[in-house]
Amino acid sequence: MPSFVITEKCDGCKAQDKTACQYICPHDLMTLNRETMKAYNQEPEQCWECFNCVKICPQQAIEVRGYSDFVPLGSSTIPLRGTDSIMWTIRFRNGILKRFKFPIRTTVEGSVEPYAGKPEPDFATLKQPGLFTGAARKE
Amino acid sequence: MEKETCTFSYCQKPEVTEVETDLLIMGGGMAGCGAAFEACRWANAKGLKVVLVDKSATDRSGAVAMGLSAINTYVGENKVADYVKYVRNDLMGIIREDLVFDLGRHVDDSVQLFEEWGLPIWKKGDDGFSLDGFQAKEAGKASLKDGGTPVRSGKWQIMINGESYKVVVAEAAKKALQTNREKTGMAQNHFERVFIVKAVMDTNGKNVAAAIGFSTRENKIYSFKAKAMICATAGAVNCFRPRSVGEGMGRTWYPVFSAGSGYAFGMQAGAEMTLMENRFVPARFKDGYGPVGAWFLFFKAKAVDSYGEDYCANKEYFDDAVARYGDYAKGLGTAIRNHLMMRAMKDGKGPILMQTPDAMAALGKAFKEKLGDKEGAKKMKHLEAEAWEDFLDMAIGQASLWAATNIEPDKSPSEIMPSEPYLLGSHAGCAGFWVSGPGDIPGTPEHYSWGYNRMSTVPGLFMAGDVVGASGHKFSSGSHAEGRLAAKAAIAYILDHADYKPTPKMSLEEIAAELYLPFEMYEKYKTYSTDPTINPNYIGPKALQLRLQKIADEYFGGVATWYMTSKTMLEEGLKKLEMLKEDAGKMAAKDLHELLRCFENYHRILSVEAHARHILFREESRYPGYYYRGDHNKIDDTNWKCFTNSKYNDATHTWEFKKVPYVQMYQ
Repeated sequence: MPSFVITEKCDGCKAQDKTACQYICPHDLMTLNRETMKAYNQEPEQCWECFNCVKICPQQAIEVRGYSDFVPLGSSTIPLRGTDSIMWTIRFRNGILKRFKFPIRTTVEGSVEPYAGKPEPDFATLKQPGLFTGAARKE
Repeated sequence: MEKETCTFSYCQKPEVTEVETDLLIMGGGMAGCGAAFEACRWANAKGLKVVLVDKSATDRSGAVAMGLSAINTYVGENKVADYVKYVRNDLMGIIREDLVFDLGRHVDDSVQLFEEWGLPIWKKGDDGFSLDGFQAKEAGKASLKDGGTPVRSGKWQIMINGESYKVVVAEAAKKALQTNREKTGMAQNHFERVFIVKAVMDTNGKNVAAAIGFSTRENKIYSFKAKAMICATAGAVNCFRPRSVGEGMGRTWYPVFSAGSGYAFGMQAGAEMTLMENRFVPARFKDGYGPVGAWFLFFKAKAVDSYGEDYCANKEYFDDAVARYGDYAKGLGTAIRNHLMMRAMKDGKGPILMQTPDAMAALGKAFKEKLGDKEGAKKMKHLEAEAWEDFLDMAIGQASLWAATNIEPDKSPSEIMPSEPYLLGSHAGCAGFWVSGPGDIPGTPEHYSWGYNRMSTVPGLFMAGDVVGASGHKFSSGSHAEGRLAAKAAIAYILDHADYKPTPKMSLEEIAAELYLPFEMYEKYKTYSTDPTINPNYIGPKALQLRLQKIADEYFGGVATWYMTSKTMLEEGLKKLEMLKEDAGKMAAKDLHELLRCFENYHRILSVEAHARHILFREESRYPGYYYRGDHNKIDDTNWKCFTNSKYNDATHTWEFKKVPYVQMYQ
């Protein structure tokens, strides 16, 4: 289900330090047309439809159109990702509308302190089972 | 054919940067993030440098890029030894039980850390129903670490709200790398959008001295010199012709960006591989490849043929399976269930249908009986949301496909279908490298351990996640834990080999010339024809991939032949593959994006070659439902209940194969 960019909404992330969709796409698909200063999906048949470009776009300029080889026209799947949850609006081809809201994280973004409150590594155990956080299970 | 070289006569010379580190982690997925988290803690105490290189943005790289709706490996209240037996049954009797046990005894700590970092994990409510991660917190439910009860969808699986699973795990890894920068004074130790292409050996002829790659954003080449390396990249996807014919080729079950780069890296370094004949053919919702696990395990849905028959209970199919595959068939592991489904499909009994309406009706009835009409209906609504979340967390396109085809799961069943083959070592497959186990587990035979946990047969080259062979069913949590195990062992290796100074046998100029050859090719010949995409002097990355997919599909047991191959088919296909490999010397790229694709597809070619040669070596059908040797369509424990190990020589393009004894450590 390749992503596409709505011409009117995309501003090429001019005000940002980088083009958000280009930054996040795991498969290097989203790219910026330097002439029009608008983003596009350069290889739609390689799109995994992970929706990361859709979720990250500050202009909500990116949506996804079903893979033309097996998805009929007329439906839409739109996420709105907040700081702690995500809202999904799904419109069926026959007009049925479904809305869901799911948690995405229980901590504030950027607040992870990986080593806070964790033990120092014990080099006497370096070649034994277990990780720096503690011993391995026995059974 | 004449060999082409790059002298930078036509293309621009890149900037070349050499980065020196103690430990290099390749890949920023779950295994790479686990490795960074563990390694930095040990490294910081000794002033050692840790560098992580990712071809994407680590927040959304690797197999968990889209998110996940479940963590498939959490041992919890179960016994580690039972985890070993479950993995062994599903992988048809041959696994490295030391590696699997080692994983099982460490994995829970990673899951508990994920929860601490902010991953919402479902908990069981007082009424026996499930609470999502927020509800559980509001209800004051204890965390897993403090004895909280997760919601199990199967014996080993727990349900999560995993849209941001990878973002959370990446945050911890990135912060860990930051502490290492602060400790060592390195300006940069986290490289995103840098694609590692190959291993460069040391002049000592033993170690890998450098990993070389290029930026996909600027004209820059990198050589990462390291005392030890952890290869933590993904399996190989889109090697076989996919079932989709157009845009849907991107809708692979496993991430489309998994290019077998880790397999290629280790092969080029001469690391021994094991069970590369293994593959995974997931049976999933047709075309959208949405997950079926929760539907089978959590919602208790049944899959039947179009006549309503449970194909796994068909006597003719089952008796034939037992005659060919013995007791393995009776275990009804994933491969055998696939096999029985294919029998029904080949008899024209398709489409195979997941009976979601029956399952939801049964649950609705049970809820109403237990809770009354009003509360029961409320629970059903919650359950419907859970069913959609299962897709929206990890296979969004499946939700869209249901919407586009007006499928409401409580009203219409959905088609399921076996996919094209995938090569991987962390999900329900076990193709990868032969690595050392920890060595301390009672009953470990000598040939399973050579000093450093998860080290390949190349000194200082460690493996984690998808590229470790003979130990599948790690999934996301297990890959993270395995990254940590590899990291800890790699730190021990680095401390033991403090005097080692990596000396790559290639100069930076030679490296640049090799990596930029596809640019030179393109610039040299592009004007010969009026359309640069059709040119007799070179081959573009897309053409390279399509030819590979056709060969693999038709000769090595893809969907075209219902996963059937044989000695004669394999040998013919390998001839064609050899020519494709030669043609890869004439790859051409018009920009950095195509350069990435060229080398990704070269890595796919090497991965497929290993796969095909392994299938050829193993003269039996160990994995029915995944592939069949038509000339040996049975399981032959007398001759083949063993590992099949190989070694590739990158200089001579030759292979060595051997059988390695399997040892059952758990009864």
